[in-house]
Formats: sequence, structure tokens, C-alpha cells
Amino acid sequence: MSLETAVQTETRSLADAYTLRRRPPLEKLTDSGFRYLTMALAGLVATLLLGILLTVFSGAREAIAAFGAKFLTSTAWDPVNERYGAWTAIYGTLVSSLLSLLIAVPLGIGTAIFITEDIIPKSLREAIGLMVELLAAIPSVVLGLWAIFVMEPAIRPILQLSHKLLGWTPFFSTQPQGPGMMPAILILVVMILPIITAISRDALNQVPIELRQGAYGVGTTRWGSIFSIILPAAISSIIGGVMLALGRAMGETMAVTMIIGNALNFSTSLLAPGNTIASMLANQFGEADGIQVSALMYAALILMLLTFTVNVAAQWIVRKLSLRY
Amino acid sequence: MTQAISGPSSFQPSGGPGPGAPSSFDRGSLFFQPGLVRNRFNALCTAVAGLFATVAVLPLVLVLLYVLFQGGRLIKPSLFTQLPPAPGMEGGGIGNAILGTLLVTAIASLIAIPIGVGAGIYLSEYDRQGRFAQVVRFCNDVLAGVPSIISGVFVYGLIVATRVFFGQSYSAMAGGIALAVLMLPTVIKTTDEGLKLVPQELRWGAFGIGASRFVTIMRVVLPAAFTPIATGVVLAIARAAGETAPLIFTALFSPFWPEGVFNPIASMSVLIYNFAIMPYAPQNELAWAASFVLVLMILAANLLARWITRSSR
Repeated sequence: MSLETAVQTETRSLADAYTLRRRPPLEKLTDSGFRYLTMALAGLVATLLLGILLTVFSGAREAIAAFGAKFLTSTAWDPVNERYGAWTAIYGTLVSSLLSLLIAVPLGIGTAIFITEDIIPKSLREAIGLMVELLAAIPSVVLGLWAIFVMEPAIRPILQLSHKLLGWTPFFSTQPQGPGMMPAILILVVMILPIITAISRDALNQVPIELRQGAYGVGTTRWGSIFSIILPAAISSIIGGVMLALGRAMGETMAVTMIIGNALNFSTSLLAPGNTIASMLANQFGEADGIQVSALMYAALILMLLTFTVNVAAQWIVRKLSLRY
Repeated sequence: MTQAISGPSSFQPSGGPGPGAPSSFDRGSLFFQPGLVRNRFNALCTAVAGLFATVAVLPLVLVLLYVLFQGGRLIKPSLFTQLPPAPGMEGGGIGNAILGTLLVTAIASLIAIPIGVGAGIYLSEYDRQGRFAQVVRFCNDVLAGVPSIISGVFVYGLIVATRVFFGQSYSAMAGGIALAVLMLPTVIKTTDEGLKLVPQELRWGAFGIGASRFVTIMRVVLPAAFTPIATGVVLAIARAAGETAPLIFTALFSPFWPEGVFNPIASMSVLIYNFAIMPYAPQNELAWAASFVLVLMILAANLLARWITRSSR
């Protein structure tokens, strides 16, 4: 008997002695069964997204056939004569989200800088951060309630003043009377501020400390380093966050519905009641029937495509624009 | 900025501790001159950032104060036990809406948590880098950005209009499913990220003593990632409890006590919406009271999530 075969027999007898466990069929079955189960659940997410798109699209088919692309540019929304166009709502969606972004971006980034720098004690900074995060947790409908009964009466004198001073421009040409586009924009600012602040704060915190030390080393001031070193290094994530906030602002429904006035006629004035796609859906879907449901589905499809574009662009920007330090 | 940095004046100490007085050396910056353009600009920017931070905190403080005072003074036992009154009438409570919110959120959680955790397990444990997983992650991110009203429209088209549940149109079930669509992306994302944080050594150790993949995931990996998953789940539930848009044309509203999951049901968020836009003061007050209860529940859930995270460190 050669040495090799001796070793082999030895091993086999060891294996027999300790009986290397064979996996019982049930265990194998659970293992692969669980794998396929979780795979199916993961696949369900993709199916769900497709399902949403298909459901909304099939609901909108009738309206797409009836109104075609003119739906996008027509301002008629006339349930009696069954003529529908969504330009008033699309315009309202774009204007409210972009203008609210214009106010919220400086506020959010300024706050994020303030709570990532060491200007005030750390405990105070963390408290501000916590409060901004809790603001994001307040339900939209509660903010809407607050906007109706507290914010709008409080800012009405300011809006009236702006009408008096700037009434000659098309944007302030109407007398403010309660609900309108401007209060809706302000409540949108409150809603997207936490997103911009939180993402900007994380982005600023991730800038390597060496960059800042280098900037201080060559003798710059705090804000010199912020503007020329730290913000450029964090800009891709910040822009990504701003785009996410834009998507959120476009789809935000309840607070806007409660304060925008839900006007069906088109107006360029920010002080007049307006409409967004989301608020139109919330306001009319319950009572609609016939082709109006289909027209609303068409509007929902447009809103979905708008937010989809913005969100994908956000992801793309974060991936492409990120600086390599 | 450029003219502030250049120029010889920034190197000329004016008064104070100069080169001529080394004995009385000031321990501050050597030549700090507050009057320089760069230093003035610096102070201005700091003030502006501080102002912005104050403005950002202001809405939360104001909203909380109003909800606490306007809603808090209406809190009495009958609020929790009675039905809302007819429009314009005094008294009554929001008992059915509180129960309805709990029920609809529970339905949504029962759907979204198993599906979401399962999908998260697949992404993290079975297919981290694969093509299918990338597609699922992308879809999940897109789904997270879908406006909440769209999920209501989707469930309306899929369930309410087609009357798949025993011929019923609006139902608590439909509302729960609409909320589940909104919860799902958060649950998947936090499960995926939480499981990725579990050290690889734990899995190797479990495999090494002969555990199967299923047992490893269930007994070793999932418990190790309990904290981040629980935090994400609690936050998702809190968000769903406050959502209104997906409910207004799926669960609708009901002035009565809940009648099973296949009938329309009241919820606090829809009650706030309906009662806030009514022209009657008693209804507006009930809206404030419901806001108080809802905000307290949601803030408590948020603080719970924070506490879960902190207690595990």
C-alpha cells in the first residue's frame, strides 16, 4: 500500500467517524426557496413602478386620443363642455416649484453651512439640525391647516403692499384675497427646506478636513474657504439634493391644495389663486367621472414624467459631477 | 475677495501689539484687523448664515406652538370616544378617525414591511452588484420620488375603479395599499443599507459552523442589522400615518366607526383636510385637535427612531 492511498483511507475513515453532514433536502429547499422568494419580492418593486406607469397611462388613453398634445398648451378646463387642457396646472406646477426653490436654496444651504461650521457651540448646532429634521416630519396637511389659519392672514399685508408697489408688473397685478400662488410658494419653501438642509449638511460634512486646513494655511478667511474650497467640493451632492427637493415640490399635494385656491382660469399674477397638477388631482378626482377622470389621469401622467425626469437628472448629476479629491 | 487678500495694508499692524512691543504680546491673531474688507465680508456672511438658520427654524417653532395651543386646549376625553358632529354642529370627537388612521397604517405596514425587508435581503445578501439588482435599486429610487398623489391615482385605477374587493369601491384596504406603495422604497433602502453594514466575518462564521444561507440570514445577519432596519421602518410608518393625498380617493372618509377593511374609513389626515376647508368654526377646531394628536404621534415615532439608533451605540 502506497503512502497516498494510506492517507486517503485515513481521511475517509475520519470522514466516516465524524460523518460530514450532508445537507438534508428540506434545508436545500428552504435555502433556494427563500432566495427565489426574496428575488420575487425585489422584482415586485420594478413591476410596481411599471404597474403605476401602465395604470396611469391606460387610464389616460381616452384623453390622449381626444385631446392629444394640445392638452399641454390649452388652458380650457371645462367639465360642462368636456374640453380639457392642463396648461394652467402645468404652469402652476413649474412656477410654484421653481420659485419656492429660488427661496429655499439660499436658506437651506446657508443653514447647512451655519450648522457645519464652528460658529456656535456644537450642542446648539445639533439642536438646530434636529429641529429642521423634525420639520420634515410634520404632515403636509397640518402645514396646510397652519397656512390657512395662521400664515396667510399674517402675510396678507405684505402681499397687499407688494401689489401696491409692483402692481404694474404682470406678476403682482391682482389684489390678494386669501388663497393664492404666493402663499402656496411659501408653504412649499417650508416643506422642501429640510431636504435641502439635510443633504447639504451631509455633503459639507463629507468634505475632507485637509482641504479646509490647506485653505486656512495659505491665509484665507472662513468664508473665503467656504466659497472657493468647501462649496465647490460639495457641489455635486448639493445639486443632487436641490433636484430631489424640486421633484418633491412638484408633487407636493395637500398643503398646496389647501392654500393655492384651485382656480381653473389662467393668471400670471402670483397673488391670484392658481392650480398645480397635484392640487387639481386632489381637488377633482373624487367627484370626476367620464372623460374628466381620463383627463386627470393624463395630467397625472405628465406629473409623473416631470418628477421622473427631475429625479433621474438628480442621480445623473450626483454621479457625473462629483469631484475626486 | 481678491482686493482684500492683496495689498500691503494687510501686513501693516495698526496700533495694538506690533513688532515694536514684543513684551505685551497679544495671544489673538497676530495682525487681525476687523476693518479689512475681507474681515468685514466674513462677519457679514456669518451674520447672514445665522439669520438664514433662524428663519429655517422659525416655521417649525411656529407650527408646533400653534398646533400645541390651538389643538391642545381642545383635548378632552370625549374627543377620543365620540364621532365627528354634522357640519356646523358643536361637540363630538375624532374617535373614528384615530382608529381609522391606526387601522390603515397597520394594513400598510403589514404589506410594506415583509415585502420591503425581503427585497432588501435579496439586494444585500444575494445580488449586490448584479445587473438585476442595479435595475431594482434604480426602480426603487424612482419609486421613492413618485409623488404621493400618484400612488393614490394608481390605487384608484387598479383597485377602486375596478372594484376588485367584493364589489367595493372605496375601502380601507385600498387606502392601506396606497400607503404601502409609499412606504416600500424607504423600507427597502434602509434594509439594503443596514444589511450591508453587517461585517462579512459574521456571515463567514455562521457558514463555517455549517449554517445554511437561510439560517445565516435569519439568525445572524438580520438580528445584527436590527437597529437600522427598525429605525427606517419606524420612520416609514410615521410618514405614512401623516399622508393624506393617497387616501382622499382610496379610503375616502366616513363619519361612522370603521366597518371592516372593505368599507370607506375615516382617518385623521383626511379629517384635517375636510374640516380645515369647511366654513364652520367647530369643524376647524376639530381639525386643530386632530392635528395635535397626529403631530404628537408622529413626533413620538420620530423620537423613538432616534432613541433606537442611539441606544444601540
